[in-house]
Amino acid sequence: MSAHADNHAHDDHGHHHKETFVTKYIFSQDHKMIAKQYLITGTIMGVIGVLMSMMFRMQIAWPEEPNVLFEALLGKWAPDGVMDADIYLALVTIHGTIMVFFVLTAGLSGTFSNLLIPLQIGARDMASGFLNMVSYWLFFVSSVIMVISLFVEAGPAAAGWTIYPPLSALPMAQGGSGMGMTLWLVSMAIFIASSLLGSLNYIVTVINLRTKGMSMTRLPLTIWAFFVTAIIGVVSFPVLLSAALLLIMDRSFGTSFFLSDIFIQGEVLHYQGGSPVLFEHLFWFLGHPEVYIVILPAMGLVSEIMASNSRKPIFGYRAMIASILAIAFLSTIVWGHHMFISGMNPFLGSVFTFTTLLIAIPSAVKAFNWITTLWKGNLQLNPAMLFSIGFVSTFITGGLTGIILGDSALDINVHDTYFVVAHFHLVMGISALYGMFAGIYHWYPRMFGRMLNKNLGYIHFWVTAVCAYGVFFPMHFIGMAGLPRRYYTNSNFPLFDDLANVNVIITIFALVGGVVQIVYLYNFFGSIFYGKKSVQNPWKSTTLEWTAPVEHMHGNWPGEIPHVHRWAYDYSKPGHDVDFVPQNIPLKDGEEELQH
Amino acid sequence: MDLTQGTQEEKNSRAKKMMLWFGIVSLIMSFAGWTSAFVVSSSRPDWLKDFQLPSAFIVSTVVIIISSATFILAKRALKSGNNKGTMLWLFATLILGFIFIFNQFSGFQQIIDLGYNFTGPTSNVTMSYIYLIALVHILHVVVGLICLLVVIYNHFKQKYNATNMLGFELAATFWHFIDILWVYLFLFLYFVR
Repeated sequence: MSAHADNHAHDDHGHHHKETFVTKYIFSQDHKMIAKQYLITGTIMGVIGVLMSMMFRMQIAWPEEPNVLFEALLGKWAPDGVMDADIYLALVTIHGTIMVFFVLTAGLSGTFSNLLIPLQIGARDMASGFLNMVSYWLFFVSSVIMVISLFVEAGPAAAGWTIYPPLSALPMAQGGSGMGMTLWLVSMAIFIASSLLGSLNYIVTVINLRTKGMSMTRLPLTIWAFFVTAIIGVVSFPVLLSAALLLIMDRSFGTSFFLSDIFIQGEVLHYQGGSPVLFEHLFWFLGHPEVYIVILPAMGLVSEIMASNSRKPIFGYRAMIASILAIAFLSTIVWGHHMFISGMNPFLGSVFTFTTLLIAIPSAVKAFNWITTLWKGNLQLNPAMLFSIGFVSTFITGGLTGIILGDSALDINVHDTYFVVAHFHLVMGISALYGMFAGIYHWYPRMFGRMLNKNLGYIHFWVTAVCAYGVFFPMHFIGMAGLPRRYYTNSNFPLFDDLANVNVIITIFALVGGVVQIVYLYNFFGSIFYGKKSVQNPWKSTTLEWTAPVEHMHGNWPGEIPHVHRWAYDYSKPGHDVDFVPQNIPLKDGEEELQH
Repeated sequence: MDLTQGTQEEKNSRAKKMMLWFGIVSLIMSFAGWTSAFVVSSSRPDWLKDFQLPSAFIVSTVVIIISSATFILAKRALKSGNNKGTMLWLFATLILGFIFIFNQFSGFQQIIDLGYNFTGPTSNVTMSYIYLIALVHILHVVVGLICLLVVIYNHFKQKYNATNMLGFELAATFWHFIDILWVYLFLFLYFVR
């Protein structure tokens, strides 16, 4: 009866709703189109972010040498092709901002939460298609403002992606502190609004719109990851907004929340009594959960791809969910480990050390579960699977250095060096990027109805994997040797002369790794039009998105939404002719659902 | 309760109510951010330990509590089919909302009259916090008033009845939230020095 009503409501919708070009491709309320919009905007921002990193890597390897690329791309910021010190800081700042927020938060969560939540839980669309559309367009506007800020005369924001005051709070502190910083704040405020609207939608959709039979313990791990990510976002992003508002008050209205007695060019400013440490507390209360907002969706995607391509059930399904929840909880009580040397009470530091090291437990549970899922599996080593295995590799490598950095006593020796850069790039940057690539290779047929070229995928993976380690392994050594991060040049310090060659090697790997992404971009955009047509379920997966027709349609399924009768990981189940049983297949007579 | 059951409309209206609740969670978090910044800053040497909240704030606290009550009465009237009564109580809520905002601003004036400025060289950080927190709360009240105007308009068009009142309920939930939020903020500012 209710199923009938369901159909009817949907048909009604179809009759009254005529799609024009604008409603279908631009102001679309369909989750699949919004996912593609997120992905393509994220890709464009990613290209900008990677180009920036290639430029500042060249500056570090060949400091203050003329470079035609700088002259062409940086214009007045590179007189005679020599990079200006101010723009170096700006490039580092905007690279961090773009990669963390625009690529790995919006690009990753926005794409895959939108694409997979309704399809995998068996819903016609998100709870509110309208807010979903608003969420994307706010993201788009914030991206445009961030890009515009690059062209401000005095330079874009250059206070680091963490925008600590006073550099961010005093418009006259440096070139980028003026208009550049203002645009940064405006862009991020809009971004936060976008992210909140998106997250609210994801949460209520997962809770309320599941199809019949889709209990929470039958959900694919992707959905669990997106769901918990969205909850972390709803809890932590507003605190950044609080901090940003206080910062704006200091910048523009003359309050002293974060500012203390300060001189600029001999002039005494009126600020008194404030403390930037308060800003650090507020910022990192978002900042740390933010890295889990980045990594959890990648973990979900990888779990799903690994089970599917090992032709085995995911090992420890409930342990995986428990560890996601544990990570989410712990993520909100560890922010102090970013501030060990800020003058914080050392006892507080030891508390944060304890909570930080606790995160190793759920992380290890996940790492071991992935490895055990691979164990004796019938491995299908397609590009998506390779990127997933790559994810586990970089996550473990980066995670191990996290144990060193999370310990306040050890951290003091390597804080603010390239050791930190190596750690977070591997554990959240490269790992999340691998997760995103894995997801794109796996769900590309679902998004565009065509397959990506496999061989180009192999080239992409292997060159990227070698280059990523080529860049970040040596950084551990130069960090241990004391090389500070964010320095425009190291050639002024004889102490670091020995490291100059290491920096050249890192930069060469970075350039090769950056350039090889062209292979991926060619594959991605070319296959939209010329890729091999996909069949309905190319990877023989069990989840619901592969039961929907290849051609996208409004409402996802023609007729009734499939009902769910089993969990998401019935791979190689004894008693079946094929090695996968989709979730919508009823249990056979006498068959029992796996105790997972 | 099995949330996988129900028709599409039931699921959607459930989802929208829940969306507001999670939205409220995020608003609570941002106010938690400001009030914890307030607590952390209270150890500053230039912190005012013996300030008095302006009397207008006490009046506005009473006003906003009454406005919640009138909104509840409006909902009761709607449920019993008393359309005129609903309109009356909705307007009462609207007017009380405006009185609340007016009172908050006269509270700001009282603080300035005491000789504390909110921003600039002569400002004091304690008062800056009070001003900022109250001002952001006023912004939320303004949003609540806009929702209320929409509800009044829809009610004027007779869109709500005892069985179909989702928009009405959402506006009511939000209004009660900003009421409780102000009571919390008032108690917080009153007791935390």
